[in-house]
Amino acid sequence: MQIHDTPTLKAEARNLNFFYGEAKALKGINMPIYDKKVTALIGPSGCGKSTYLRSFNRMHDLYPGNRYEGEIRFFPDNTNLLASDVDPIEVRMRIGMVFQKPNPFPKSIYENVAYGLRVRGENNKRVLDDKVEHALKGAAIWDEVKDRLQEMAPNLSGGQQQRLCIARALATDPELLLFDEPTSALDPIATGAIEELVHELKKRVTILIVTHNMQQAARVSDYTAYMYLGELIEFGKTDEIFIKPQDKRTEDYITGRMG
Amino acid sequence: MNESQHLSSQFDDELSRLRTHVLQMGGLVETQVSAAIEAYTTGEVASVKTIVETDRKVNELEKAIDDDCAHIIAKRQPTASDLRLVLGISKIVTDLERAGDEAKKIAKGVRRIYENGHLPGQYGVGIRHLAEAALAMVRQALDAFARLDTPQAADVIRADTDVDAEFKSIIRQLITHMMEDPRTITTSIDIIWIARAIERIGDHAKNISEQVVYVVEGRDIRHTKEKVQ
Repeated sequence: MQIHDTPTLKAEARNLNFFYGEAKALKGINMPIYDKKVTALIGPSGCGKSTYLRSFNRMHDLYPGNRYEGEIRFFPDNTNLLASDVDPIEVRMRIGMVFQKPNPFPKSIYENVAYGLRVRGENNKRVLDDKVEHALKGAAIWDEVKDRLQEMAPNLSGGQQQRLCIARALATDPELLLFDEPTSALDPIATGAIEELVHELKKRVTILIVTHNMQQAARVSDYTAYMYLGELIEFGKTDEIFIKPQDKRTEDYITGRMG
Repeated sequence: MNESQHLSSQFDDELSRLRTHVLQMGGLVETQVSAAIEAYTTGEVASVKTIVETDRKVNELEKAIDDDCAHIIAKRQPTASDLRLVLGISKIVTDLERAGDEAKKIAKGVRRIYENGHLPGQYGVGIRHLAEAALAMVRQALDAFARLDTPQAADVIRADTDVDAEFKSIIRQLITHMMEDPRTITTSIDIIWIARAIERIGDHAKNISEQVVYVVEGRDIRHTKEKVQ
């Protein structure tokens, strides 16, 4: 069945190259990221999918010798995220990130979520309480932690910690959420909870997710991009990629004919 | 269609076993159809029993293949060409099984006619020709599946139009017969059932060919006028 909707662009990579020193890790990526959709990046280890993901919130800026070429346009304001006059801190307010391994701060549950807001200068307790509750609800963890917000976050289970990290990312109301293999350290139940959450979250935020689990990409995403050796090989609707990919290399990867 | 090997050789084995079973089942159905035609021409009513017995094997194979498909889906989560192959096979076996049922109907009709002391050849001129055409379609459809050959699948789909036209012309002939001589009605009706069964076998061969196109190209050409290459 064909669904004729024309999604709006949230971001777009335009001829994006990236270098780790001399090594070219991304080669001429052109790819749209559609608003309030989930886009999955798949591909074998070392294909550049995490490098690409991290370009969005300028994480590579933290290391010397890294270099971008090309643009990542961010809409609706049409900012080039990679422009030198764009403040990475401001970018990270609009683009949240969740990592492979849950990485809560060694602080209370409450303070983990409030952190980003405090950095922004928000100190009004009522506002903080509201936003923390809202973010924890958004990350589907509120009911489990509402009676123990002052407990230390690292005491939560792995799946809860990951949802707390999602809540922390949500607290600043980001427009785009980057997930770097968010469930690879979690058991199937916790994984299911995160996948369900991703499905809920896309009502309000655009999601870009790197995953090694092809079935996960098929389950959670609307669009899928297959990357190989730093190139974008194929981008398309997930439904089409998993039933009838256009490129033999994509086919070989998703059918398990190539490592 | 992707012919290169999976990282999991077990998965390769499972898929190739699945294909082999489909061809085995197809071979049985082909035998049923050809035996039914033989019985029609020669009056060899004894073969009817064999056809009915073969049908049991066909039914068992249908169930076994469907079960294998379910296992592959559960264990391997096939995608792309693998997924299309498994889905296609699960539809192909349904058509094969039904074609076998039609062969059984032909055989039983033949037995009724001969037991009533009639010779079907006297009335149903053209039935044999129709049956040969349908049998050829079944063979070609199975060939097209074995070699994942879409041009051949396309030939089968085109051939179905001829079989349908021929079927209609036979029916018109039989109607004329019945009007001319009402004593022929009983046998003519049996022959109509037989002709109808043959025409259905052609339809099943066409359906199988449509699945071959889906497996190979990912295009669903059922219920369309879409041209096959």
